[in-house]
Amino acid sequence: MSKDDSKLESPERRELIKVSGLALGGLLIATCLPPVIHKSAATQIVEEGASGDSPAGPAELGAFIRIDPTGGVTLIMPKIEMGQGVQSSLAAMLAEELEVDLSQVTLQEAPPNEELYVDPILNFQATGGSTSARSFWRPLREAGATGRILLVQAAADEWGISSEVCEARNGAVHGPDGQQLGYGELVEAAAELPVPEQIPLKSPDQFRLIGKPLQRLDTPPKVNGSAKFTTDLQLTDMKIATTRTCPVLGGTLASVDDREARRIPGVREIIPLKDAVAVIGDHTWAAIQGARALKVEWNFGDNARLSSEQIEQALRDAADRDGALATDEGDIDAALDGVDTQIEAEYEMPFLAHAALEPMSCVAQVRVDACELWVGTQVPVMAQQAAAKVSGLPPEKVIVNNQLIGGAFGRRLEVDFIAQAVDIARNVFYPVKLIWTREEDTTHDLYRPHYLDRFRAGLDGNGLPVGWSHTIVGGSVMARFSPQALGENGLDPDAIEISAKPIYHLPNLRVRYVPEDPVALRVSWWRGVGQLHGAYVVEGFIDELAIAAEQDPVDYRLRLLQDQPRAQAVLRLAAEKAGWGQTLPDGHGRGVAVHQVFGSYLATVVELATTPQGGLRINRLICAVDCGLALNPTSVRSQIEGGTLFGLSAALFNEVTVKDGHVQQSNFHDYRQIRISDAPPVEVHLIDSQETPGGIGEAGTALIAPALVNALYAATGKRIRRLPLSRAGYHVLAREA
Amino acid sequence: MPTLTINGDTHQVDVPEDMPLLWVLRDVLGMTGTKYGCGIAQCGACTVHLDGNAVRSCVLPVGGVEGKRIETIEAMENSELGRSVQSAWLEHEVVQCGYCQSGQIMSAVALLSKTPQPDDKEIDLGMSGNLCRCCTYTRIRGAIKSVAKA
Repeated sequence: MSKDDSKLESPERRELIKVSGLALGGLLIATCLPPVIHKSAATQIVEEGASGDSPAGPAELGAFIRIDPTGGVTLIMPKIEMGQGVQSSLAAMLAEELEVDLSQVTLQEAPPNEELYVDPILNFQATGGSTSARSFWRPLREAGATGRILLVQAAADEWGISSEVCEARNGAVHGPDGQQLGYGELVEAAAELPVPEQIPLKSPDQFRLIGKPLQRLDTPPKVNGSAKFTTDLQLTDMKIATTRTCPVLGGTLASVDDREARRIPGVREIIPLKDAVAVIGDHTWAAIQGARALKVEWNFGDNARLSSEQIEQALRDAADRDGALATDEGDIDAALDGVDTQIEAEYEMPFLAHAALEPMSCVAQVRVDACELWVGTQVPVMAQQAAAKVSGLPPEKVIVNNQLIGGAFGRRLEVDFIAQAVDIARNVFYPVKLIWTREEDTTHDLYRPHYLDRFRAGLDGNGLPVGWSHTIVGGSVMARFSPQALGENGLDPDAIEISAKPIYHLPNLRVRYVPEDPVALRVSWWRGVGQLHGAYVVEGFIDELAIAAEQDPVDYRLRLLQDQPRAQAVLRLAAEKAGWGQTLPDGHGRGVAVHQVFGSYLATVVELATTPQGGLRINRLICAVDCGLALNPTSVRSQIEGGTLFGLSAALFNEVTVKDGHVQQSNFHDYRQIRISDAPPVEVHLIDSQETPGGIGEAGTALIAPALVNALYAATGKRIRRLPLSRAGYHVLAREA
Repeated sequence: MPTLTINGDTHQVDVPEDMPLLWVLRDVLGMTGTKYGCGIAQCGACTVHLDGNAVRSCVLPVGGVEGKRIETIEAMENSELGRSVQSAWLEHEVVQCGYCQSGQIMSAVALLSKTPQPDDKEIDLGMSGNLCRCCTYTRIRGAIKSVAKA
């Protein structure tokens, strides 16, 4: 147990937690996250005075936890479930300290409210960036502990004994002589008590839920078809819409001939929008058929002249611009002047679509007085704002009912499809469920940027780096998503992740970023975000230095990680489990990558076989993980397994290309994904750690591509620097019998 | 007006004969466990059983399935094998987002009913029509093997 976790005596304590009674009876524990930038919630409490001074309802405070008079515990869930198991992990943090069973906790999706549900790492209300566990690790345990302390005190007062001799267990307080009071019976009295000055938290050896392999709360309805995703929602009088949006970004609708579409049985309405046409039907099939039958003329606009070649040339041209300086340590020019060995390399990563299996979908109803959305979104506040803008209603008149998400990978941090659903729904009086076809989803994504990275490094006589120069060129996601987060000269903190500050000991380090936005495509977040990009290029190039220095890639990395014990430990563990150094047949090879990603440390080793015809088979895939305290070891393992294969799928097969402004990929036949027959088993090894939990949802994704290309080099002597491998002629071989 | 036998019940549905079974299930009969993912039989999210065989309902015109036995994810808990596969899925913590898992379970049940002890190659063959974008493949394989062993 780390010292600062044992007893929290921070003077801000009373500003961060507030307790009050509820109008209908019950106990409300409002926990406000430490104010990083958004201070409003905490400030509001401070300005209102100490707890109990003013009656506060859930609408006024960060009402994370409610305990009702029947003893039911409700956690207002600020994070959306999209398969990462986050809701179960957060519920476990609360249940651990509150001393209730996980099954006693009911989850309720948080409404949009930036002040209450802000993520302190991201600084807005969102699920993404592998921040959830890190952001809520402390506040939720403190909230649970506060509740427990108050309930125990209430019971002790009732019995006229000291709280020291009472114990909270399984949703009830137990006294020394066998007395027992359920939480529900105590909430009223507990709500009158002052917030405790000190909130001691359990040490890890006292945990009964955290760190144990718990079954997730959301999975049972997902194995019998009863779980409802946005696409599954059925509201009274609801009709279903699908759209054809201009295939060229920035283009507009010129005209539409809908005579044939209107003749299709079940088609109800055809609604022309600025850059799209929507068809509303009694069922999805009518809408899809109607959309296909439309004869649409578009004004494609300037982007119709653009193709991938021009976009890539623009990146190359931009590489010579100064851009923004991310890091400038030492004197790179002097360091590289007359050095023994100089190495240069250029890496490239393609545009990628998200291809979540549940296509973009949103149910919207626009009434005179309000707009209501039923949609799985990573960003409820942005959804609310987008709907307000389109409907003309004030944001507070937009109700957002967040839903289970059938895959997001960053795609549902965007609200374009939500705005479109509202744009359709404002034309009719009934609720409309917009579902994009797979083809619309693939061609109207916001894509992971195409990056071009140039390196130059020098090695001394011992093969160690004496200077490292790195230029990153690519579209800036942050500039579009959150321009206030940009640094000087457009420095995008996401684009330079890892690259600006690699964990290796690299003297004389210069890193530049040149923003160059593609005009024919919009760029956005994609699982692994900037760290995926940084890990790929840095881990690829460091491998090149090891080879140039004629040193073993694991040993070489260890030498440069002298002050990184956690990174060293995962690297050693992965190498050991992989049998690193053991001889392999000709055409086989092992490759490694290691880094700190999303607050966790990960090392990945790929062992593969190749054929001279470009066949490739991954025989083993080993990940060693130090994610700090593993909240739920099963979830950690499955996130690393799935995340690694998710990254592998893209590294093997995926790139989005543009011709005449049109995205050329459309469905899973030409934007193929890894299948079970292509997927090697992923071996995950966890390091037992008591450090603060790190993110795991994206860590595996970030490390697989460099390990893969490094293994390919070991097997073939060919260095692939541009992804995907299919572009270089590689294909996946069937599994060996 | 096609007459369909779904999970043992008979349904008369007033829809065009060329309408894929997927949309009849989801939008007409309200059985939303069967999912849409691609519409071209590439992803397997829409997998149902037709006379015990795993098929892709997104490309199956409803006019062609009259008189055949249709089973969906909603009925899997009615058979012993279905229940075993569902509990294996939970025990192995297969599920992540869950959107593809109805289809995965339908394919797994069809595979295991014909090949009770599948080897890796047979699992590949029986399951490669089902994409999982969360890439839960390692656990799907483990869960199928555990049912086979039991």
